[in-house]
Amino acid sequence: MIRLISPVPFYPYLLSVLFLFTQVSIASDIPNIAAASSVKFALQDIIKAFKQDTGLSVRVSYSSSGNLTRQIQQGAPFELFLSANKLYVDQLYQQNKTNGKGFIYALGRLVLLTPKHSTLVLDDHLSAVRESIQTGQLQRIAIANPIHAPYGVAAKEVLLHLGLWKLTKPHLVLGENIAQAAQFASSGAAQVGLISYSLANTPFIQKNTRFILLPLSLHHPLEQSMVLLNNAGHTSKLFFNYLQQNKARTILSQYGYSFP
Amino acid sequence: MMDWQALALSVKLSLVTLLFLLPIGIFFGRWLAYRQFWGKSLLQSILALPLVLPPTVLGYYLLVIFSPNQGLGLWLVNTFGTTLVFNFEGLVLASIIFNLPFAIQPMQRAFASIPREIREAAACCGMSPKQVLWRIELPLAWPGILSAMVMSFAHTLGEFGIVLMIGGNIPNETQTIAISIYDKVQAFDDHSASVMAFSLLLFSMLTISFTYWLSDRFERSHV
Repeated sequence: MIRLISPVPFYPYLLSVLFLFTQVSIASDIPNIAAASSVKFALQDIIKAFKQDTGLSVRVSYSSSGNLTRQIQQGAPFELFLSANKLYVDQLYQQNKTNGKGFIYALGRLVLLTPKHSTLVLDDHLSAVRESIQTGQLQRIAIANPIHAPYGVAAKEVLLHLGLWKLTKPHLVLGENIAQAAQFASSGAAQVGLISYSLANTPFIQKNTRFILLPLSLHHPLEQSMVLLNNAGHTSKLFFNYLQQNKARTILSQYGYSFP
Repeated sequence: MMDWQALALSVKLSLVTLLFLLPIGIFFGRWLAYRQFWGKSLLQSILALPLVLPPTVLGYYLLVIFSPNQGLGLWLVNTFGTTLVFNFEGLVLASIIFNLPFAIQPMQRAFASIPREIREAAACCGMSPKQVLWRIELPLAWPGILSAMVMSFAHTLGEFGIVLMIGGNIPNETQTIAISIYDKVQAFDDHSASVMAFSLLLFSMLTISFTYWLSDRFERSHV
């Protein structure tokens, strides 16, 4: 015998879902900004200070600068873009996606980093890295993806400059952005990493790794540029200016950034 | 720490997706269960495609189609001032497409398991097709429909690749719980990542147990 149960009451349920949907589309006055992963921790501190000083806030999406550039070209609703190099900002400027030419807010550095327990000797010329690969002791080197991450490009330049590119290539693990590369290296998943000084200066990495600064002569300068995008509103413009003030610069320098 | 904002967004995304999938699933589920027509196996293949399609493939096509630089995306921008990438609405569309087989297949099985004689008897008693649907088919098929909804809900909650590709990881707009876990790992915040990962593990386990329990009950009630 088949029981006839009354149908599930759909309409109240549908109405409640519709209500949720309308909630979603309510616009907020907190602008979305896009930022390179390398500036993540410094930016978090700066946003905190910005909030204290102005009561305003921004929402940040972090990724590699190349990824973010592509998203902006495809219409992502960002109002400000903090890139880890100047190239992408120039590109967006030429494509009329920006409001102004942009501004170099800091200069980045690259470090050679290894987990704290590792016995690898760190030196400017990566000679210990070279030896360890040749003896088969070193398996994995973490860098950011040089196709779309500026710190990955710089890491590749260092390896090319030192004549290590061919040797290290089969051993590279590519982070989707520099923060992922840093995570690979600091967790020991990779035995050594070429990452940004700004990430090396976060408490977590400082606690778990050893690192040395790589000489500026080994790669093109990492000119961290930012630019307002076409749809930038009041808050984004204020934040853009705030990033050029002393307070923001002090925080940036705590994370190892210098200025042009 | 649980990222409540990302969790709420994920739940919202899942619910809105269900809102669309429910009628779509019932329509296609019934159609495929009761009717024979030319091209049926082709349609079934297309509807099942998301089961095997890499999410990045779907993500790529959506990105191309809705890119505001050309074609449909450009038209949407000119007409409505927005397009379907890097916003919540875009994620809804992607989730609907990606969950089609999860919604349609259990419903199709549920409708197919209703004996034909019962539907015919109802029609003979003078019930209109609409009455047959509401008073005979839906009450009998509801466990299948419910399990389809639960599976789609859980599946949407766990979407990653496609959300990252067409969502762009924007907090409170497209940053779902799955993306948030990925973000937390890259922020060296293993504590938050483990809290959220474990919550999702528990939830997935509950979901799958529930659907098994439901189908078990359904089968027994038909013996």
